[in-house]
Amino acid sequence: MKRTAKRSLICLLPLTLALVACNRPAPPQEKLTITGSSTIAPLLVEIAQRYELQHPQLKIDVQSGGSARGIADTRQGNAHIGTVSRSPQADEQDLHWYGLARDGVGIIVNTANPVVSLSTRQIVDIYTGKLTDWAAITGKSAAISVVNKAEGRSTLEVFLRFFALRNSDIHAHVIIGDNQQGIKTVAGNAGAIGYVSIGSAEVAIKDGAAIKLLPVNGIDATIGNVANGSFPIARTLHLITTDTVDEQAQRFISYCLSASVHDLIESQYFVPVVH
Amino acid sequence: MIRSLRQRPWSDSLLALACTGAALLLAGIFFFLLWDLVRPGIGGLSWQFVSTLPAAAGRDGGIAPVIVSTLLILGVCLALSVPVALGTAIFLAQQQRGLPWAAWTRRSLDLLAAVPSVVFGLFGAVVFCELLGLGYSIAAGGLTLACMVLPFMIRAAEDGLRAVPREYHLAANALGLSQYRLLGAVILPAAAPALLAALVLAIARALAETAALLFTSGYVLRMPSSLFDSGRTLSVHIYDLAMNVNGGERNAYRSALVLLVLLLLINTATHTLSRCLSGKARI
Amino acid sequence: MISSSPSTSSPWSIDLLLRCWQRLAAAVAGGVLLLLVAYLIAESLPALMRIGPLALLTDPSWHPLEGSFALLPMVMASVGIALLAMALALPLGLAIALFLTVYAGRRLRAIYVAMLELLAGIPSVILGFWGLVALVPVIARWQAPGTSLLAAALVLALMITPTIALLSHLVLRQAAQTHALTTAALALSHYAHIFRVVLPVAMPALASTALLALGRALGETMVVLMVAGNVVQFPASLTTPVRSLTANIALEMAYARQEHRSALFVSGLVLLLVAGGLYFLIARLQRGDKEQAPVESAA
Repeated sequence: MKRTAKRSLICLLPLTLALVACNRPAPPQEKLTITGSSTIAPLLVEIAQRYELQHPQLKIDVQSGGSARGIADTRQGNAHIGTVSRSPQADEQDLHWYGLARDGVGIIVNTANPVVSLSTRQIVDIYTGKLTDWAAITGKSAAISVVNKAEGRSTLEVFLRFFALRNSDIHAHVIIGDNQQGIKTVAGNAGAIGYVSIGSAEVAIKDGAAIKLLPVNGIDATIGNVANGSFPIARTLHLITTDTVDEQAQRFISYCLSASVHDLIESQYFVPVVH
Repeated sequence: MIRSLRQRPWSDSLLALACTGAALLLAGIFFFLLWDLVRPGIGGLSWQFVSTLPAAAGRDGGIAPVIVSTLLILGVCLALSVPVALGTAIFLAQQQRGLPWAAWTRRSLDLLAAVPSVVFGLFGAVVFCELLGLGYSIAAGGLTLACMVLPFMIRAAEDGLRAVPREYHLAANALGLSQYRLLGAVILPAAAPALLAALVLAIARALAETAALLFTSGYVLRMPSSLFDSGRTLSVHIYDLAMNVNGGERNAYRSALVLLVLLLLINTATHTLSRCLSGKARI
Repeated sequence: MISSSPSTSSPWSIDLLLRCWQRLAAAVAGGVLLLLVAYLIAESLPALMRIGPLALLTDPSWHPLEGSFALLPMVMASVGIALLAMALALPLGLAIALFLTVYAGRRLRAIYVAMLELLAGIPSVILGFWGLVALVPVIARWQAPGTSLLAAALVLALMITPTIALLSHLVLRQAAQTHALTTAALALSHYAHIFRVVLPVAMPALASTALLALGRALGETMVVLMVAGNVVQFPASLTTPVRSLTANIALEMAYARQEHRSALFVSGLVLLLVAGGLYFLIARLQRGDKEQAPVESAA
């Protein structure tokens, strides 16, 4: 008996697999797929959850994987809506771009660092390797560790544009991907300087991370100052579609841009764009 | 020569010291690491956390759908990879070691262990999500994961099968056993510990995977209703909470603890099951 | 339930089925893996055609958005990190495997194996994060910025040691069991038992375990991404921040477009070539060992 059972198991396995492969049910009629930026994904999950409550027949699948994926998926029709956390490039004008929220980019240093503010000149000198020691600024000698973002990242793009730098001019000691990596890196190194999303930094500071945000041009790096437009370095988080937009998707985009999701945007420490 | 082999008390104790020291070192690091995970994660870890739906992108609420998706993806992965890996391993183990094409196959399998998981993810997205039309789904994630653990499983299983003493084969051949009986009654039970280790390591690797799944099984937090729904695994959830969700760190640690407990349960179950199976097969 | 006892069924049809299953499985496995390599090459081609393979070696730096695609520093970094991690993990893993095989009692062994299996399943995100928070600041106090080749190799070693230990333990146990009676009869010391009998017998399987672990070390992404520093430069010292080929893909894929994206796939392809080169070297070394081995056993 046991042998038979085992044998039938062996025979059944490929059969089950074949069934699994073929027996795909038709996708539900009302389903929206959104793919793209990992920064925007958590926010959209929350917006989608609220929208689904109001439209029970609709399912919204939010996917992550990067801005490049958002653009590719939207163009190929794999996604109804894409999310992109950088500004449109010259060859991307075929898509429709909707500003969903803004995300300030602030300079951070370790709390053990006595520095209270840096001029634009000093930041440029630090990032281009002309200043390599904090002694010139704070009077206390400590090697500067420059934390930069990886090529192509939108915070890098915003940072470079503001300080009129080229990435190849920067002498970095550490290169990072996500904001959290930047925060942890600066928190663990007394001489480090980096730049991350202000929202992420504020939350981390509240949770006790050993970092502080520096003012830029005398303006404090706070979400409030990003919201009122006085803080100068910020990126816009976008939703994108192609020309042929599904009606359901268009309605969801309008909802995302409406005031009824502003509380969700703020709860993720971003700044709503008022249309 | 023989005397020198027999009497080396100092080298014996030195070896014992080194081996025990190594074991203690790793155990020490493990508990240090575990403590760093437990301290921030243990508070608020409750039945409610593992049995309720997530809220606020995972910052609040539980992780019930994530656990279900994780188990489904692991199930699909194992259901596909185990038969393929075992069959291939048996096939390869039967070939002479010297045969050039068998050696070539083995070497290319080793190579594929070096393919970064991101590449597997992008590959899976093209082949399973787009070409097979599965879309972001648990099925696509399981398939991709199966491809990823395949080289590892095959190599580990083949090594285990090769370690079965040649005498067993000879004895079985002398008795005129069919290949089915040879495999079922002799080789597989003898190689069971090695096959089991391969399985457990593959499960560990599958549960720890992030990048390959982000592109295939996706990111959706809803409770999956079929294998063709998108769903995120614990590792993806942990990654997202730790890296992308501001204020998600506490739940990331909690989820990591749940993942470890889940792994412990699965490993125990696998060991028990294999003990039952191999115990019965020996009779 | 027709064939409830094995004697009434024809064993040969089952054998045929078994043989079919094995062939089919091997074909599926081979097919999938060939497909993967084909995919990697197809995605790399645009960059290889546009910038040419030579530029990967001769370009001054890695700034793909400014048309500069130097991969060589990352090749060196990948190899350096993986080899250093192996140099740490291999002795450690082997010693632990010996501890489990020779010194640990049954219960201790079971507990320790369970611990190793857990350690093997900790997601690399968590290990990487832990390395960044716990290990990097320690190195930074000695040599800023702390994120470095050394940090990556240390965390990576922690990551692959369980695999090496678990698989080697199996191999060693098999070898020790097979020869237990003989060595007991000869009253060999533990030391002689292990170094003259068990290890030589187990050597081919141990080497194959080491290759698996090396592949894992070369292919690991998250840990290296978190703690290696990711600056594209040649590893001048242990504390130099470096970027591996895998971290390169993971860092930039999210925003990469056109040649940049394709160049990242080239990183993956180059990684495969590097792994292939390393395996070839190791195979040569092994063959050298084997030629010496009979001489030693004859002595």
